[in-house]
Amino acid sequence: MNLHEYQAKELFEKYGMPVSKRSVITNKENIEDALNQINFSDGCVAKVQAHTGGRGKVGGVKLCSTIEDVKVFVDQWLGKNIVTIQTDNEGLPVNVISLEELTNIDKELYMSLVVDRGSKSISMIVSEAGGMNIEEVAETNPEKILKAQLNTDFKISEDKVADIAKKLSLNDSQSKEFNEIIDSCCRLFKDKDLSLLEINPLVITDKGHLHCLDAKINIDENALYRQEDLTVLRDASQEDQREYEAKQSDLSYVALDGNIGCMVNGAGLAMGTMDTIKLYDGEPANFLDVGGTATKERVSTAFQLILSDKNVKGILVNIFGGIVRCDLIAQGIIDAIKERSVDVPIVVRLQGNQSEHGKELLNQSGLNVIGEDSLQLAAQKIVELVR
Amino acid sequence: MSVLINKETKAIFQGFTGSQATMHAEQCIEYGTSVVGGVTPGKGGMTHLEKPVFNSVKEACTQTNADTSVIFVPAKFTKEAIIEAAEAGISLIICITEGVPVIDMIEVTNVLKQYPEVRLIGPNCPGVITPGEAKLGIMPASIHQRGSVGIVSRSGTLTYEAVKQTTDTGLGQSTCIGIGGDPINGTSFIDCLRMFEEDQQTDSMVMVGEIGGTAEEEAAEYIKSNVTKPVVSYIAGVTAPKGKRMGHAGAIISGGKGTAQDKFKALESAGVGVVTDLNLIGSKLKELL
Repeated sequence: MNLHEYQAKELFEKYGMPVSKRSVITNKENIEDALNQINFSDGCVAKVQAHTGGRGKVGGVKLCSTIEDVKVFVDQWLGKNIVTIQTDNEGLPVNVISLEELTNIDKELYMSLVVDRGSKSISMIVSEAGGMNIEEVAETNPEKILKAQLNTDFKISEDKVADIAKKLSLNDSQSKEFNEIIDSCCRLFKDKDLSLLEINPLVITDKGHLHCLDAKINIDENALYRQEDLTVLRDASQEDQREYEAKQSDLSYVALDGNIGCMVNGAGLAMGTMDTIKLYDGEPANFLDVGGTATKERVSTAFQLILSDKNVKGILVNIFGGIVRCDLIAQGIIDAIKERSVDVPIVVRLQGNQSEHGKELLNQSGLNVIGEDSLQLAAQKIVELVR
Repeated sequence: MSVLINKETKAIFQGFTGSQATMHAEQCIEYGTSVVGGVTPGKGGMTHLEKPVFNSVKEACTQTNADTSVIFVPAKFTKEAIIEAAEAGISLIICITEGVPVIDMIEVTNVLKQYPEVRLIGPNCPGVITPGEAKLGIMPASIHQRGSVGIVSRSGTLTYEAVKQTTDTGLGQSTCIGIGGDPINGTSFIDCLRMFEEDQQTDSMVMVGEIGGTAEEEAAEYIKSNVTKPVVSYIAGVTAPKGKRMGHAGAIISGGKGTAQDKFKALESAGVGVVTDLNLIGSKLKELL
């Protein structure tokens, strides 16, 4: 789950980290209000709040020197969509704009904490190349990337911090501030079950102080049950509507661009099914894992989800019946098709427990459903049918 | 021989009396696995599936000499359950539970450093089966057949595909290990490849990977210089979009890293028999042997 920048900065503030004073605009009527909450004497920075990077490049972050500038920015963005290099062609809705007091920048740094799968710990990444795409920096100037691992107490030793501070040419007081920011980030990461914390840029101001100019936070979905105060910050408008609905019914769904809907039990097999469709020159419309126990209700919800995508011209169901019986699933599929009056062709591959009986039920149902027992044949069949 | 579990294995189930654990323990027992009891705090003294229930793993170990534990407790109690098993002297912990927070797994990793003799499989995995000897997990027994292929996989149902194909070709399996789909897990591909390389019953291996992380690339490096037996590998997620989590917590391409293409490339250069069509796992193995 992602937070907006302004929400992340509130968290930063709670953990004693230096962020700009700011206010938010959610409708055109509260522009004045928002302006009154900050010191606007020299202007402010207006920032579109959306779950994407690259906002600056498309005009979503702007220096406003007059109140008129702010009004123009709000008119331009509020209620509209922002399309960036990281979003799809539709972009994401802008429902919040934040105004921040100005910060005069001397130097831009980069800092993040990420889950490091290889070392099974959390890694801190710091770079003097702030404000840029860190993946590109890692490719082109790997020597500019500094890394340190968190210890078992979820802290970074002072020696390591001092070493990095030296490499960044920070002076004594900046090193102290740097140490405090790292300490706060580490506590925040563990306390709030984050999967990513990124400050890009972490700047040195003209007064020589470290300051978090941007803030990005991702939270571990698996830990949301114990992060109730963060769960309420979820902004469903920033998520794919079908993915969000799927999550509500405990299904795992990801929208793709193709026209063959997929319903599969198991995440790995769901990916494998998409890949097989592609291999036979078809285009999968989605990833969908109905889970290990594909009950009638789940199958029915899954059909609804798949068919809410108007591009879908056919559906491939791939069930490897392990513990669950394929004949029961077949019946569930038949019921769901009748209930939802599904009218696109459906190919069902049933394998494993009671699959023969399952196929019989499907083929005798009189519905536009074809039962197969090999994924290869099933994929070829559905690709042919949507053509 | 085989790896990890066999006829001698003495297993307990943590979260024994829950509905999922009950259903799967029943099938493991039916398969002939030596399940010697289970743990459900507060239900000690009861009998469940004709096996004794204990309040703690420690108690279960003392009474039954169990060496292996299968964990079915809810995600929010999993960290404690794994640590409890390690502290009680269990040497093989198989964690089926899905949805364990990453921070919990980092803490588990840190604690397990004090117990180098303990092996954790999973979490978020289907478990382990040595066909004809013991089954400790949620995989369907019927598709397995005792044989010579060692199978290791990050995904449950994809493992079943590989199993079915090796059964259909008549090769059968020595041991099948699901290492789980989470970003941080206990046992890696390399651990399993090493065990299979040393195992006399295993003549060849199947490694089923998926997008996210670099475990497959690391395994490829390992295979290059350490594995002499033929390996066939399939990677799921060629069509997965970047930055999206594909069901498994660990299946995500982030920052351009962890793509299926990169993994295929690394495995190919390590001399692994790579298949891009998951239906061809069995036939590729046949071809290599």
